[in-house]
Amino acid sequence: MFYREVGQYKSSYPADQAIFPLTNDRIGVILILLIAYIWPPLSGSQYLMGPILTQLLVFGLAALGLNLLTGYAGQVSLGTGGFMAVGAFGCYNLVLRLPEIPLVIDFILAGLMAAAVGVIFGIPSLRIKGFYLAVATLASQFFLLWIFDHVGWFTNYDPAGVASAPTQTLFGSLAHEGGPLDFLAPIDVIVSGPNATPEAKYILTLSVVVVLALLAKNLVRGMTGRAWMAIRDFDIAAEIIGIRPLRTKLLAFAISSFYCGVAGALYVFTYVGNADTEAFDLIRSFTILFMIIIGGLGSIMGSFLGAAFIVLLPPFLNIVASNLGEGTLSGAALANLELIVYGGTIVFFLAVEPLGFARMWQIIKEKLRQWPFPY
Amino acid sequence: MDTEASQAHDTERVREFEGFILEVDGVFVNFGGVKALQDVGFSVYEGEIFSIIGPNGAGKTSMLNVISGFYKASEGTIRFEGVDRTSASPEQVARMGFARTFQNIALFKGMSTLDNIMTGRIVKVKSNFLSEALYYPARDQEVAQREFVEGIIDFLEIQSIRKTPVGKLPYGLQKRVELGRALAMEPKILLLDEPMAGMNLEEKEDMARFVLDVNDEFGTTVVLIEHDMGVVMDISDHVVVLDHGERIAYGPPDEVRTNDDVIRAYLGEH
Repeated sequence: MFYREVGQYKSSYPADQAIFPLTNDRIGVILILLIAYIWPPLSGSQYLMGPILTQLLVFGLAALGLNLLTGYAGQVSLGTGGFMAVGAFGCYNLVLRLPEIPLVIDFILAGLMAAAVGVIFGIPSLRIKGFYLAVATLASQFFLLWIFDHVGWFTNYDPAGVASAPTQTLFGSLAHEGGPLDFLAPIDVIVSGPNATPEAKYILTLSVVVVLALLAKNLVRGMTGRAWMAIRDFDIAAEIIGIRPLRTKLLAFAISSFYCGVAGALYVFTYVGNADTEAFDLIRSFTILFMIIIGGLGSIMGSFLGAAFIVLLPPFLNIVASNLGEGTLSGAALANLELIVYGGTIVFFLAVEPLGFARMWQIIKEKLRQWPFPY
Repeated sequence: MDTEASQAHDTERVREFEGFILEVDGVFVNFGGVKALQDVGFSVYEGEIFSIIGPNGAGKTSMLNVISGFYKASEGTIRFEGVDRTSASPEQVARMGFARTFQNIALFKGMSTLDNIMTGRIVKVKSNFLSEALYYPARDQEVAQREFVEGIIDFLEIQSIRKTPVGKLPYGLQKRVELGRALAMEPKILLLDEPMAGMNLEEKEDMARFVLDVNDEFGTTVVLIEHDMGVVMDISDHVVVLDHGERIAYGPPDEVRTNDDVIRAYLGEH
């Protein structure tokens, strides 16, 4: 009834293979993007744009990166935090030492650094599978963070080991007054550092994430995505039809790490504003793994739904608790209760729908299609 | 299997072949002390339907695994179109023009029928992840591959399950999709490991027809393992019989059928 595919006939393969073949989906995506671009800046709420939406986007992007590797290519990784750290500290050093480069290019370069590191730590995947691979990727987590902790150069010899995002404009110092690109100066807004407005940071994050998510969507429905899923579903059969296992797996590690690296860079520059290695510890890697398990393995949208669940649950519980009345719950009890509900909800969702929110959304679509009839 | 179709095929089956496409010579395969294959050799003509038969545990699947590169022969050579390829990896073998199906279906369960068959095109396309991510210029290639794959879907009469995840399909259709994936590779040799196992008569007839059609229409050489003697004798041009890892007979079906060793291997001493 509400979600009808009937009557949407495709008369050509290009139309049938479009990124969103259904008109309903196209309209939905455009609506969500419009709301995402217009509503938060209009509301002017710093809380909504910063801790809520930017955080959601940053972790959604990291989850998307891990989902490409784990959900699509079937390679379990616990090194997400490490790869994010490479992106974060890589981008920090790029901005610090080469302020001429536009920030978006810095993000891409930081992603490429993470990709290179990801490929190195992906090499064991040729021999190791499943849980054993997960343990092998822990090496990246510990090794990378150890380096960032112990080599002061990465944090510019900050005594606390904290990398604080310097002030940077969208197009870098080349576009400042008198620079070779100064015709860009009027739109060269400050997007990082203490002087950046929440709107600028939010819009930049949103744009980067939207572009990368669309690219990922294209990637997974093309030959690369098919090769990944083939390796995931049946590696022997994949080899027999001519898929090169090493190349395919390493490409998955590279692209996944690229996404995680960009997410790490966004974390420092547009979300928190600074980072030390604790921000990218093992707990972070686990949290992002939870996001894709709860959201749905092998689903682009699921990555963001899972991230939304994990990011939004604590503030939601807080609001519920505060509505119970002042003094009903002590601060300490609330903090503990939050963890209990959090863990309980995860177990509940996994038991009810092990395939995650993405599968739930499919079921909802089925129901909407048939409404008001039960089947 | 005395169906009208196969009888009609029998009568017109006076087939001449020229060169060998695949030559297997003196192959040994050992797993520790177990001798899976001992000095097995045979040659497959280009364009024929060739069967490997034998009782359970005879080494048929091992033979297919050696041909497709999973097992390494400890001795002996395998030549493809006259060139030695004994030590090629499965992926290299696939790129030379071998396609294969498995005894226990080896489809990608999470993907649709269409996507499964599309994976067969991977050997035929130059994939570039940047172009795919931008969907340009990958779009033209995707559409071209789709058109080719739709041809196979028409051929196998599986249009209605195009977008169904293969995990949900019944067994017979899964076998057909797996054949489709192999055909999408445009192979020179098609290796089929028990394509009709576990099927009812009707499904077997369908599958036999597909195998014959593939052979006729595309000129693809077919090497198959099958237990149904009716099918084997009907459609094969040459047959090799294995028992306990050794070759006990080799020749046209009529010769093999009357061979004493073959009768003994199947029926025991009498």
